[in-house]
Amino acid sequence: MSAQPDNIVLEIAGVNKAFGGLQALSDINLRIEQGKTHAIIGPNGAGKSTLLNTCIGLLKPDSGTIRFLGTDLTQGDLKPHDINQLGISRVFQTPAIFPDLSLVQNVMLPAFAHKEGTFRFNPFEPLRDEKDVEDEAMALLEDLGMAEQAHHHAGNLSRGDKRRLELAMCLIQHPKLLLLDEPTAGMARHDTNRTIDLLKKIKARGMTKVIIEHDMHVVFSLADRISVLAQGKIIAEGHPDEIKGHPKVREAYLGSAEI
Amino acid sequence: MQTRIIIASTSLRDYLVLAIFSAVVLSAPLWAQAIGAGYPDLLQKFAIFGLFAIGYNLLFGLTGYLSFGHAAFLGVGSYATVWSFKLLSMNVIPAVLLSVAISAIFAVVIGFLSLRRTGIYFSILTLAFAQMSYNMAYSVLTPITNGETGLRVLRDDPRLIDTLLGIQVQGSPLADLFGLTLKGYAGFYFCAVMLILGFWVALRIFRSPYGMKLVAIKSNQTRMEYTGFNPRPYLLSVFVISGIYAGLAGSLMAIVDPLAGAERMQWTASGEVVLMTILGGVGTLLGPVIGAATIKYFENIFSAVNEQTLHQVFDFLPDWLNELMVTLTSPFVGDGWHLTLGVLFMVIIIFLPGGIIEGFRRIQALFQRKPGKAEEEA
Repeated sequence: MSAQPDNIVLEIAGVNKAFGGLQALSDINLRIEQGKTHAIIGPNGAGKSTLLNTCIGLLKPDSGTIRFLGTDLTQGDLKPHDINQLGISRVFQTPAIFPDLSLVQNVMLPAFAHKEGTFRFNPFEPLRDEKDVEDEAMALLEDLGMAEQAHHHAGNLSRGDKRRLELAMCLIQHPKLLLLDEPTAGMARHDTNRTIDLLKKIKARGMTKVIIEHDMHVVFSLADRISVLAQGKIIAEGHPDEIKGHPKVREAYLGSAEI
Repeated sequence: MQTRIIIASTSLRDYLVLAIFSAVVLSAPLWAQAIGAGYPDLLQKFAIFGLFAIGYNLLFGLTGYLSFGHAAFLGVGSYATVWSFKLLSMNVIPAVLLSVAISAIFAVVIGFLSLRRTGIYFSILTLAFAQMSYNMAYSVLTPITNGETGLRVLRDDPRLIDTLLGIQVQGSPLADLFGLTLKGYAGFYFCAVMLILGFWVALRIFRSPYGMKLVAIKSNQTRMEYTGFNPRPYLLSVFVISGIYAGLAGSLMAIVDPLAGAERMQWTASGEVVLMTILGGVGTLLGPVIGAATIKYFENIFSAVNEQTLHQVFDFLPDWLNELMVTLTSPFVGDGWHLTLGVLFMVIIIFLPGGIIEGFRRIQALFQRKPGKAEEEA
């Protein structure tokens, strides 16, 4: 295992994962650079979500290593909450929020994990004393255009709104690596644009992101590098312009259509 | 069945809620007269089961983990108190402390093992532990529990602290608080103070980030884990807190009537607190207390009614109709009052899934212009 260069946040090396007879991931090698937005595209069932799942401890790869800032995520018994505490936050493909809580509470909660760690017993401290956290959460909701709904129940939101909420939940943790699984799916165009703006703003602050996305408008607005996944293999990787013209990519993913 | 955790709640509002709650509880001997519940035995039950249900609701209402074995802690609390009466003193302070400590230890062990599973498996595990405790209290643990006879306080028990202080027991030993004998209304007021204390602690938990995290566990435990929280210590700590509430309730039962029996640990007792919580309103602050009082009140009324009284009630009807009505209603009263409870429970669950509290909220919504006292339900 070679030492990780300083500017590499996540290094996936030789990762394999099979479900029964299906080889979901075969020999995946990927290096995510600090501050870059790395998009993973590919047809449905290519293994994109599976790849992200191995990075957050949801799945254990059959072989290979996933090194995050010097920690091998595949070694030992790292629980999902440990991996989050290392600095990886994720937006799920199916929005995962807390439907019983209000929007602002949904956003405040991850901030506590970031501030206080995996467990804190403070039954006698009123929530209203957490003004800083509440203000930060409100500011994020403002950025996403959801401030008016801040005190509504999150369970009643539309799918697209849940996604935006989940993004805010991840951002408040100031993750070192943000994994986005189709962050704009199910969103109206203007909300998509707003989300892109926000993601660009975050990028300016130097947050490293891995993004899975079908919407090419989103991919080419944000990505510094693109990897193309098909049938569990990376068939191409490079700068967005290279990928646009790559014949194998067109064949596997884009068909003959123009981008 | 939504749990409302309020950020905007001010401390002034919380104190107001507490003040109203305390006033209602402490004045119970006055207003309960009007509904025919104005005697200490029943009022004590209201307070004790109210406390039990508040604690149970902290686990079930906030985290959604349905424990079917909380009666075990109730029994443990009772036994600990009676042993404190036997060995240490008739003073309730050491008794309460011992009950809290022992039930906490039990809750740590049972919680640690049961919380390895979620959902129905968790419920079954807690049920199994409680039934085990119940059966052991009847059999192998007879030296500690006195088996079927139940554990009693005797005149010639050692009572080391009392002996040391030269306090003599006259007549049959009764629980006391530094010389004040806790029977009748004194017993009720001691239970009432404990209930208010328990209510205040629950209120604080409801308003804390800790309480919000518990609701988040109910809401989406997987998300909780990927958000960087370890749900286990949260669940275990609240399990222990609610176990302590149950132990305290068991202790109070033994204080107002100094004996402890294994039947207190039976699964029906565990089921009762689930019913109380759901009937009143799961995840609400006041619901469990209201549910507990409602069930104990109806138990008291309906179990006291017999055929004789029914004949009197339907006296105004012609004889044949009188007979018919008595035949129809008699299965619902006396020993059969559980049938009434079942019907009541079904009606509430079908029409008001949020319990009695939801009923209040609906009424409040009807009279939105009049800001009533339903405020305190939050």
